[in-house]
Amino acid sequence: MRSAARTRLAQALQLAPAILVLGLFMLGPLLLMGYVSFLEKGSYGGVKWGVHSVEAYVKFLFERDFDDSLILNPDYLRIFARSFGLAVATTVLALLIGFPVALYMAMQPERRRNLLVFLVTIPFWTNLLVRNYAWILLLRNGGLVDGVLQGAGVTEQPLGILYTNTAVAIGLVYSFLPFMVLPIYTSLEKLDFRLVEAAYDLGAGKALALRRVVIPLAKPGIAAGCILVFIPCLGAYVTPELLGGGKALLIGNLIQSQFGVARNWPFGAALAFFLLSVVLLAMTVYALRFKQRPEHGA
Amino acid sequence: MSRLRRFPGTAAMAWAFFAYLYLPIVVLVVLAFNANSSATIWTGFTTDWFGRVANNPDIVRAAKNSLLVSTVATIVATAVATLAALGMARRRFRGEGAVSALISLPLVVPEVVTAVASLLFFVLLRIDLGLLTVAIAHTVFCIPFAYLPIRARLDGLDRSLLEAAGDLYADPWRTFWRITLPLLAPGILSGAMLAFIVSLDDFVITYFVAGAGGTTLPIYIYGMIRIGVSPEVNAVSAIMLVVSIAFVSLSYLVGRRG
Repeated sequence: MRSAARTRLAQALQLAPAILVLGLFMLGPLLLMGYVSFLEKGSYGGVKWGVHSVEAYVKFLFERDFDDSLILNPDYLRIFARSFGLAVATTVLALLIGFPVALYMAMQPERRRNLLVFLVTIPFWTNLLVRNYAWILLLRNGGLVDGVLQGAGVTEQPLGILYTNTAVAIGLVYSFLPFMVLPIYTSLEKLDFRLVEAAYDLGAGKALALRRVVIPLAKPGIAAGCILVFIPCLGAYVTPELLGGGKALLIGNLIQSQFGVARNWPFGAALAFFLLSVVLLAMTVYALRFKQRPEHGA
Repeated sequence: MSRLRRFPGTAAMAWAFFAYLYLPIVVLVVLAFNANSSATIWTGFTTDWFGRVANNPDIVRAAKNSLLVSTVATIVATAVATLAALGMARRRFRGEGAVSALISLPLVVPEVVTAVASLLFFVLLRIDLGLLTVAIAHTVFCIPFAYLPIRARLDGLDRSLLEAAGDLYADPWRTFWRITLPLLAPGILSGAMLAFIVSLDDFVITYFVAGAGGTTLPIYIYGMIRIGVSPEVNAVSAIMLVVSIAFVSLSYLVGRRG
């Protein structure tokens, strides 16, 4: 009996540091951020403690006129729409590229499969800043892409892609593509290939087998990949800053500017809180829709 | 049989994908050895830029800061994560789901959000921004990266070895030091290396909580990039890339062994 109590104590002691550190420095700040979003902003940055206000949330949609009446201001809504649009476009592009790649990888012999997985993961562990910087070298006027295209006689003028939405999309797809490939690969790797063979035996061609057997079985992986790409895209900061030249404002940059030049902390906190809510909502929907699947069979 | 497993078009797509993935990295490393100072036109091989980087006191200071922060964050995060993994792998308990969610929280929350929340936290608690705040923030997001490989290793551990130790009258403490820890070591090492890399590479969170005194290498590189493309940036970036890739490869090899 005593030993049972001792084990429980040992378990509590082992978990305590993690709970303490993450509770204090991760969960704590998030809750504080939520609270700050309901405070009034200080005149020179910072916040007025104890002065509660929903002004930060009102600012999403409205601006105050001279006589303090609210008028609809679609500027921030537009930034949100642009961020969503770019995140959706990136996710779709990543899926179109990522699925065939994952399928190819899953069909390789085992040794080669492991090597390919390793090659996909390497860029993930390298510096995001550096990888985006590399795209500046490639995309800028007179950069490598221009050089190759002009050398081949395809174009004569510089493309001028850098600092446009296209550059941001290229950078985002590049940054997060491994997150799409890996989960899809994982679900395809577990796929019982006899099911595909059965489809062939029943007269299905490759396209039909793909559509009716492979893709449905890979759905959890596809969903996971889409979530893993969509979420970091929505909050992306580095890529729009470097490849978009800070011209096309996205949520991430808007949030940052509230703590820099704009000096409106409650609004920044509210924006971040909103972003967090969207992410948690997406995760919850995903968890409810796909997480229980394996228990039902398959 | 292998023909059945081949889907037309996927091979071409895969090779294009790997080219896309590695082209920028290769270009960057090659240009770091370019003699031409305009940075993108190849004129000849040189290692001068690396010498310039090594002799730039600001870069060296930033690199030292980076190493200091990453070392501290890695040690603390790995210790915390190892204990947490040991605790989580024991019998189930109430609130296990909540603790597990707490541990993976830094992976789920977008970086910008974590960055903003940490900044507010430090400023409102009047903790001066600098290396200390950077180290704290890094420790936090390193924990899940260290935790995952350790936990995976622990779950794959043969429990009968621990029972055998108990049968041979080893007390739990001795069992831990003589059996559990040595068997767990590859997982811990692998987790520590991943934590180190993630910390060394982090930009967004550091950028928010660094203040004036916490300039790490990525922060410094960001400043250089904002000024413009230059061969020095290419050289520092190439060094960072090579260090990361070396560490990940090592971590991969260690994790696979044993």
